[in-house]
Formats: sequence, structure tokens, C-alpha cells
Amino acid sequence: MRSGLADREGFLARLMLLPAIAYIVALVAVPFVIAIAYSFSDVTAGNPSYDWVGLDNYRANWRDPVFKRALWNTFFFTAATMVLTVVLANIVALLLTADFRGKWVVRFLILLPWTTPAALGAIAWVFMLDSLLSPIDWILQQVGLLDDNRHMVWLGKSGLAKASVIGVQVWRLVPLAAVIIMAGQTAIPDDIHDAAAVDGAGFWRRLWEVTLPLTLPVIAVAALFGAIITFTDMSVVRVLTNGAPVNQTQVLASWAYVKGIDGGNLAQGAAVAVFLLPLLLAATVAILRAVRRWEVS
Amino acid sequence: MGALTTAIAEADAEAPMLDPEALEQQRRRARRRHLASQVVLYAVAIVAALLAAFPFIVEGIITFKRDQDLYAPGKNPFIYNLDPTTEHLRFLFSDTGFMTFVGNTLLVGGVVVAITLLLALPAAYSLARLPLWWSGALAITIFLVYLIPPSLLFVSFSRLVSNLGLQDSKWALVVLYPTITVPVSVWLLIGFFKSIPRDIEEQAMVDGYSRLAAFLRVAVPLAFPGIVAVVVFAFTLSAHEFLYASAFISSSSEKTVSVGIPTELVLGDVFHWQELQAAALLVALPIAFVFNLLLERFVSGFTMGAVKG
Amino acid sequence: MAVAVEAVGLTKRFAGSSRPAVDHVDLATEEGEYLVLLGPSGCGKTTLLRMIAGLEQPSEGEIRIGGNVVNGLPPRARRIAMVFQSYALYPHKTVRQNIEFPLKAQRMPPDKRNERAEWATELLGLTRLLDRRPRQLSGGERQRVALARALVREPSVFLLDEPLSNLDAKLRTLARDDLKNFHERVGTTTIYVTHDQVEAMGMGDRIVVMLDGKVRQIGPPQAVYELPADTFVATFLGSPPMNLIPRDDVIVGFRPEKALPAAVLGEALDGHRRWTLEIHRIEYLSGDRHLHGLATGLGTPTPVIVRLPATVMMPIDVGGTHDFVVREDDLCYFDAETERAHEVRAR
Repeated sequence: MRSGLADREGFLARLMLLPAIAYIVALVAVPFVIAIAYSFSDVTAGNPSYDWVGLDNYRANWRDPVFKRALWNTFFFTAATMVLTVVLANIVALLLTADFRGKWVVRFLILLPWTTPAALGAIAWVFMLDSLLSPIDWILQQVGLLDDNRHMVWLGKSGLAKASVIGVQVWRLVPLAAVIIMAGQTAIPDDIHDAAAVDGAGFWRRLWEVTLPLTLPVIAVAALFGAIITFTDMSVVRVLTNGAPVNQTQVLASWAYVKGIDGGNLAQGAAVAVFLLPLLLAATVAILRAVRRWEVS
Repeated sequence: MGALTTAIAEADAEAPMLDPEALEQQRRRARRRHLASQVVLYAVAIVAALLAAFPFIVEGIITFKRDQDLYAPGKNPFIYNLDPTTEHLRFLFSDTGFMTFVGNTLLVGGVVVAITLLLALPAAYSLARLPLWWSGALAITIFLVYLIPPSLLFVSFSRLVSNLGLQDSKWALVVLYPTITVPVSVWLLIGFFKSIPRDIEEQAMVDGYSRLAAFLRVAVPLAFPGIVAVVVFAFTLSAHEFLYASAFISSSSEKTVSVGIPTELVLGDVFHWQELQAAALLVALPIAFVFNLLLERFVSGFTMGAVKG
Repeated sequence: MAVAVEAVGLTKRFAGSSRPAVDHVDLATEEGEYLVLLGPSGCGKTTLLRMIAGLEQPSEGEIRIGGNVVNGLPPRARRIAMVFQSYALYPHKTVRQNIEFPLKAQRMPPDKRNERAEWATELLGLTRLLDRRPRQLSGGERQRVALARALVREPSVFLLDEPLSNLDAKLRTLARDDLKNFHERVGTTTIYVTHDQVEAMGMGDRIVVMLDGKVRQIGPPQAVYELPADTFVATFLGSPPMNLIPRDDVIVGFRPEKALPAAVLGEALDGHRRWTLEIHRIEYLSGDRHLHGLATGLGTPTPVIVRLPATVMMPIDVGGTHDFVVREDDLCYFDAETERAHEVRAR
């Protein structure tokens, strides 16, 4: 059989990679560099010509209290979300690995927050937290924790609004984190649990000394994914509060959008979004190190 | 040896004897503990399910509420104080852009899935089966590309979209969404390809097929479960996407579900709650359903993508 | 203090299965004995072991340890210890932490814990490995750690679930010796599960042969080998298995090594049954010759295997036909229908 082009594996390897690599270079790598370049320019939607302005945009941001708030919020929301998510996801993962009747229904319901588009999940919560119609307020009123004619105004008061954003992020991330952690928990051989039972370990000791230590790597992965998703997300903030009240709940991603699309100032938008890169860089390093450790073991 | 057996005998002597009384007590305690753990299990399950699904349950109820019922202050929001009505559901389907949004989402999703498969399948196969010395590094780089946030890229895309003349068109999304779907799909597919035993492809090549033919006739069909997982995943990612969809599209006729519902069903300051909630629910349920069917596949694909071969 | 373990009418049914995994098993160990549960995969031996351990609940029947009924008690209340096929060592803990784990679970104070752990460590020669992690240990070392972890609880019964299956052949013999030595020194009642009849024959004080959830025979290795209770036991034990030849409503059986060429015995043929073997194939295995051929004269012509030791040097050729003899006493008779042995011979 004549070995033709379809057989030369080196050639084939490169050829098969070409479309995907070309696409990624053209539509991710290049725009990435351009976006960073924009942050040093004065490009707007109306004035597309590129003029170098150095650090002007960055200086403007630094003076802008909204930007500082957005920067702080981004880190704070992410950290708070991740802590709550990891704790709750571990509980849900344990639940999902147990056996009980109606498990499929429970699993379906628990996954709903994640499988729903973020914007639509947020819409559901816009109603739940509405200043007049909130069913949660109604329950609080019935139980007596809230006066009958007063409302929590979840999305209007600064502290409550921030808590609401964190709450919605946790709500939609726990299913994903739980599934990842569950995969890690089921990877522990049954023998080990049996041995622990024979050795006399009860539920809590088994959880603390066997299950958690052995799933720590997986929990870290879940936390990392969750952190990246929260850190770069703009849809929840945009739909839930749109930064209200008075831009108190803006995060970098949503503020960059406000500047770049609402305001048309692409350069300023880019300068805001650039600040997302440090954490993503840290995530990159963490992933690379984990990969190297994997390849060594 | 003698000292050892003495030591063992002494140690044994210290051990408490088993007696029937104590055993019966332990038996009872074990039964109680088991019962208690079952109660806790079901309690946690119910609480977790409720917390997760609470907004959706409310959505379902709201859909059929009459305006007077919904807006009446102080009324119980969980029951129908006035008779339920399908009027809002009808309104949603006939008088809003909902069906258009759904159509757009399906169309965009379908084309994006096709493009993703066309790009990701060969690339994943190449990285899994035809490694070059830089393939490992490249695979990791592709995954890291996923980390570059859309909240930064949209700035460049804004110009790109207008340069291509695709502003305010759903085809802009078709061009851009694979940047989100391709990296992860490549990773998933690498895992699935690696799980196929090499023997089968090598058998095909011994039987006279070229490497390319082995790929098309053997590897791809065998990776079918992985392809299904990627199809669902890519479609979901594209249906969920919000930033690009809201940044680059303003006409109602071009909007997808993710953007159309939050923006178009709110007219001025008036939230058409019933339509809004109904729409959100109608989109959430099918996706959740499919996801549940394929949950196990995802998990295995994810972990396989992480296992080096 | 060695105790006896008893199973009375023990049954386990799993949902979705037509026959019980363990079917009304009655069993009693002697104090301090090494009892082997032997059978093919799926015969119920592991399920039986796990029920004794308390990891599975019986559907029917009672389990008694030291005379006390233990049904309904969790594993830790039964004073048993178990060694799993995979050893189930905690991968993230050191050897020392693995051994101390059961004592921590009992809330033993640290100084007593140390004492106990040291005692077990020395017994099993693990002192220099105390700070290693399981993945740094060899198969044999891991087995010893698993034993130490079991020993440290001072159980009344040791339960071992195929602990040698994961070792490669060379290690297996050494590990077997280790286990036997260990049992001799410690003297605790041990129940050992395996599918390997060579292991069972080599290690057990008594063997319990199981199939399809039922006990087929219990007895010391020699009894089970020489006087099998049915054709399953006869063919499961011994390599090559017992030859079985149908004759009317009876099945005649003899072990491959019990047959000799008639020529070797010369005239002293009293008490021997004579038959003919047409040889189809000869295998040379470890010095013995395994003759594969067709036996006639004992019943229906049947393919059999005869094992000639190296000491029999008579030349034998493929295709040749020779007269062979088997002592009458070495013949076993099984009912053709029930496949159970007739109570014909007493030794």
C-alpha cells in the first residue's frame, strides 16, 4: 500500500491541529494582545483610531472611587463565595454519594441552579428579592421577624445587595463544585471505608481523617474553577443589581462592561478588565504546578 | 519467643470480655444511630433540594398568577388567591419575542456545536494519538486559553464585529462562541480518545486503512459518548453566554434567550413578572433534564482528561 | 484468647438476584484454628466473610462470636479485625499513623497507644518503615502493615479476604509463609478467603469448600482432597483435577497421581484395578510427565490425565496404548445423578 499524505503522521498531526490553533490564535491570542494595547489608548466606539495615551486610563481608574470599589468587590465576592461554596458543596457531595429514595429528583433539583443560564437564574432571584414582592419578605413577615409593612429591600441596600450577589453566586456554583467533589469522593476505594469501619471509626472521624484528606486535591480543583468563574463573571451582577445601589455592587467585569459598551469607551473598559489578569495569572501558575506534580507521581 | 507470647497473653487479659448485656446495649445504640442518620440524611436532602429549587418553584407558581393576585400587597405569594390563569403564558408565546429568542438560541447553538466539533475533534485526536514533542505543552496552553476572560476580550471583539459587518447579528455570536467552547471541548475529547485502546486503531491500520481513515472510521465512532458530552456541553455554554450576546446585539429579532429574557420582557420599569418567570423556567428545565441524563459521562470525561496516558 | 466463630443458617439475598449469595450456611470454627473459605468467584465466600465482619447484614440466620450473638452489631463492636485484598491502607497516612488509627478511634490515651503500636510494629518487623507512606512500600511490606493494624486492636478473630491475590507469584510464597508464621505466634482464630486451591491446601487447618452460596464440604486438607464429598470438590481441588469416568449410574473418580503403568508394579497387582490408556499428548511439567489420553476399561471411554512422577522412567510414546492400574482404595464413587460421593470407603 502506497503510503500517502494520509499516513505521514507528523504531517497529519500538524494538519489536524491547524484549524483549532489557527482559530484560537486569531480569535483569542491576537484579541488578547489588542485588548491590552487598547488600555493604553483612547479608542472608543465612536472614534476607532488608535492613539497612544500611556497610563492615562489607569490613572483615571485609580482616581475613580467606583473602580476601587469594583476592585475590592471582585476579590471580596470571590473569596466569600468560594469559602461558602466549598463548605456547602462538601455537604451536598456527601448527600449525593449516599443512597436514598427519590435521589434522582433531589439531584435534578440540586443541579438546577447550575444548569440554568446565569442571567436567567439571576432573573429568578430578582423576583425573590424584589423590594415589594419578595416571597422571602412575606415569609419573614409571617414568622414575625419582619414588621408587616416593612421590606428588606435586598437589592437596594448596599450591604444586603452585596450579600445577595454573593448568595446568588454560591447558589449557582454549589452544584458544580458538588459534582466535582463527588467525583473525588467516589474515587476513594470502598475498601478504605470498610477498613475504617472495622477499625472503629465513626462517621465524623471517617469524614475528618479519611474522606476530607483524600479529596483535598479535588476540592482544590473545584475551588479553583469556582473562583475563576466568579472572578470573571459579569452576568449575575448585571442582571441582579446592575451595580446598584449607586455602583456599590459593581465588580471589575461588570464595570468594564459599563465603561466599554454602555459608555462606548473601549479603552477605559480594557483598562478596568486588565486588572482581572493577576488572579488569572496566579490560577495559571497553580494549574501548571499541579500538572507537573501529576506528571511526576 | 516466650517473652512475646507472655506479652500477648498479658495484653489479652486486659481486654474487656464480651458479655451479652453489654452487647444488647450496643445493638440498641447501633440501631438508634442508624435511624438517626437516616432522618438526618432525608432532612438534608429535602433542605438542599428546596434551597436549590426554591426560586424555580416560585417561578412555576408565579407563571399562572393573575396580576391582581400578584401585586396585591400582603397576599400569600405561594398559593392562588385568585384563580390561576394561562393568560400570561399565552402572552409570552404570542406577543413577545420569546419564540424568536428560542429559535435564535437553537440556531446559534447548533452551528456553534458543529464548528466546535470540526475544530476540536481533529485537534484532540492529534494531541491524544499523534504527539509531537510540543504536544503536551500545547494541550496545557489550550486549556489555559480558556482562562482569558471574555470581560477583557469583548473590547477587541467590539471592533472585530463591526469590521466584519456583523454588528447586531446573531452570526457574530457564531463566530465568537467557539472561543469559549473549543478549549474545553479539546480537553474533554483528549480524555475520551485516550480511553479508546490503541489496539483497535492499530488493527484498522494493519487491515489496510490509513491513519486518517482510522481516525474517521474507528476513533470517532468509538468516542461517540465523548462527542455527545461535548455536544451538550458546547450547546449549554452557548445558550448560557451573556456578555457577548448583550454587548453586540441590540435588535430583538437577533437576541438569544439568555439576553432576550432579562432585557425584552422588562418594558421600562414594568417587569412583566409572570412572562419573565415563565420564560426563565421554560429554558431552565430542558437543559437541566439533558444534563442529568449525561451527568456520569461528564464526570468521567473530566477526570479522564486529567489522567495522563 | 481465641474464640470460636459460628454461623447458623446464615443467608444473604441481594435485590435483583434470583439465588441467595449465601444460602443457609452452617459453620463453626475451632478456637484458634486457621479456617479457609475456598471456592470460585461468586460462590459467596467473601459475602460470608463480610457478614461475619459486620459489613453486610444477613437476611436470615445468626452469627456468634465467642458464644455471643453479634447480629446487629457494627464491626467495631465485634472485636474482629480484617485484612482486605487491597490491604486498604490509608494512603495519606504514614505506617505509624495507619497502625495507630484503630487505637485513636478507641480514644486510647497517647502513651498506651504508643506502647501497643510498638508491640505490633516489632512483632511484624516494621520498625524501620514507620515513617514511610504506603505507596513507598512493597506488596509484602504492605501486607505486614495491614496485619499490624489488625493486630493492634487485639481482635478475637482475624478475617482475611484474598490478601495474596495482588502479589506476584514469587512474593506470594514468601507472604504465605509470613502469614502462617504470624498465625502460629499469635494463635488467634483466623478465617481466610481464597479462590486458589493451592493456597487453601497449604495454609488451612480446615477448608470450607463453597459453590453457589452453599457449603459443599468442610474438612482438613487431606480429607477434602482424598475423600471429596462431591464431584465439584473433587475437580476443584488438585491440579490436574480428579479424573471422572461415568459408568452406568455411578461416576468413578481417581486422582491423576494415583495411576501407575501396570508394567512398573510387575506382579503385585492385588487390590488394583486394571485399565487401558491410549496416549494422545504428553506434557513435561516440573519433572513430572502429564499423560493426556483416553481411558477405557473403567467405564465409558473418557479423556483423562495421568501424572507420572520423574521416578517412573518407563518410556512412553504418544499414540501408544498401555495398561495402567489404580488401587481400589484410591477410587472414589459418585452417584451419577446427585454427584455426591457414596459412603463406600473408609480409610
